[in-house]
Amino acid sequence: MHNTYVYLFIMAGVTYAIRVLPLTLIRGKIQSPFIQSFLYYVPYVTLAVMTFPAILSATQNTISAIAAFLTGILTAWLGFNLFKVAVSCCAVVFLVELFCL
Amino acid sequence: MENIVEKPKAQLSSLVAPHKKAFQEGIRDGIPIAIGYLAVSFSLGIAARNAGLTPLQSFLASFLCNASAGEYAGFTSIAEGASYLEIAIVTFIANARYLLMSCALSQRMEKGLSLFHRLLIGYDVTDELFGIAIARPGQLNPYYMYGAICISIPCWALGTALGALAGNLLPLRLVSCFSVALYGMFLAVIIPPSRKSKVLAGLVAVCFFASYVASVLPPLSQASSGTRTILLTLILSAAAALFFPIKENKEEEKDA
Repeated sequence: MHNTYVYLFIMAGVTYAIRVLPLTLIRGKIQSPFIQSFLYYVPYVTLAVMTFPAILSATQNTISAIAAFLTGILTAWLGFNLFKVAVSCCAVVFLVELFCL
Repeated sequence: MENIVEKPKAQLSSLVAPHKKAFQEGIRDGIPIAIGYLAVSFSLGIAARNAGLTPLQSFLASFLCNASAGEYAGFTSIAEGASYLEIAIVTFIANARYLLMSCALSQRMEKGLSLFHRLLIGYDVTDELFGIAIARPGQLNPYYMYGAICISIPCWALGTALGALAGNLLPLRLVSCFSVALYGMFLAVIIPPSRKSKVLAGLVAVCFFASYVASVLPPLSQASSGTRTILLTLILSAAAALFFPIKENKEEEKDA
């Protein structure tokens, strides 16, 4: 029989190690232009990959999800800040689902 | 995001002020994240309860791990009575993208940043906090992260405990609304720079497309979404770095 607290401790330890090792071991600027470019692109690629198509199944119907996705792109393109983009997406989902469900 | 650029004066009194301001901005940007966390972690709490965890244990899990997919994978394994080694491996795979994020984040840190700050920031590199951190120009002020952490983590842990405690109380329609908030934030991070750079715009479009294809086409569609994220990130970032290497010192080194 396994102890739940040991489970949690292992999960926490592994998760922390993954995050903290690069932060503590990589000091200063990486010199290789390739690695530099790679790490420059990583955030954008990761966030883009995690956003689509996952957003399509985040809501209760696909239409509201598509509406939220387009709203997010449009408002971000127009230069709305983080909070306003997020709230606009939420509002669109709420409105679309109000009429569609 | 409005960006008030102040010329740093070499006065002692102005040494503390930037940290305070960064902390406050962290809290401000952390509020939408905290709201999103509350909703998402609520459903995570339901998964924790199904795995046999008490509300206290669910709270602890979220407070210590700060990882949605990683925790979810862990809870599923706990429910199956997995071995300790299995839990460790599952947690590693589900969270491996944080390894890449931390590598990227390390490049945004001041060279001489103390170990203490690095250990603290490492506590909470999540998708969302990473997103707002890299959206800021120049070097990362640790206090910005602390502000965002202070407001978002309690919500994350509390939401998980509430989910474990109360189950399906939150109306589905609200969960539906809140859950797109996180994606809205992601878009707010990646779209504005894409407007300025055709390469980034093209890359983001390719990412959307590739991610969609990978989600419907076997064998990648069989893999967990965490694994897909890692593979696509490695491949697409490497390809972009190969074909469109960035000019050195193009970004950052600007504000203090």
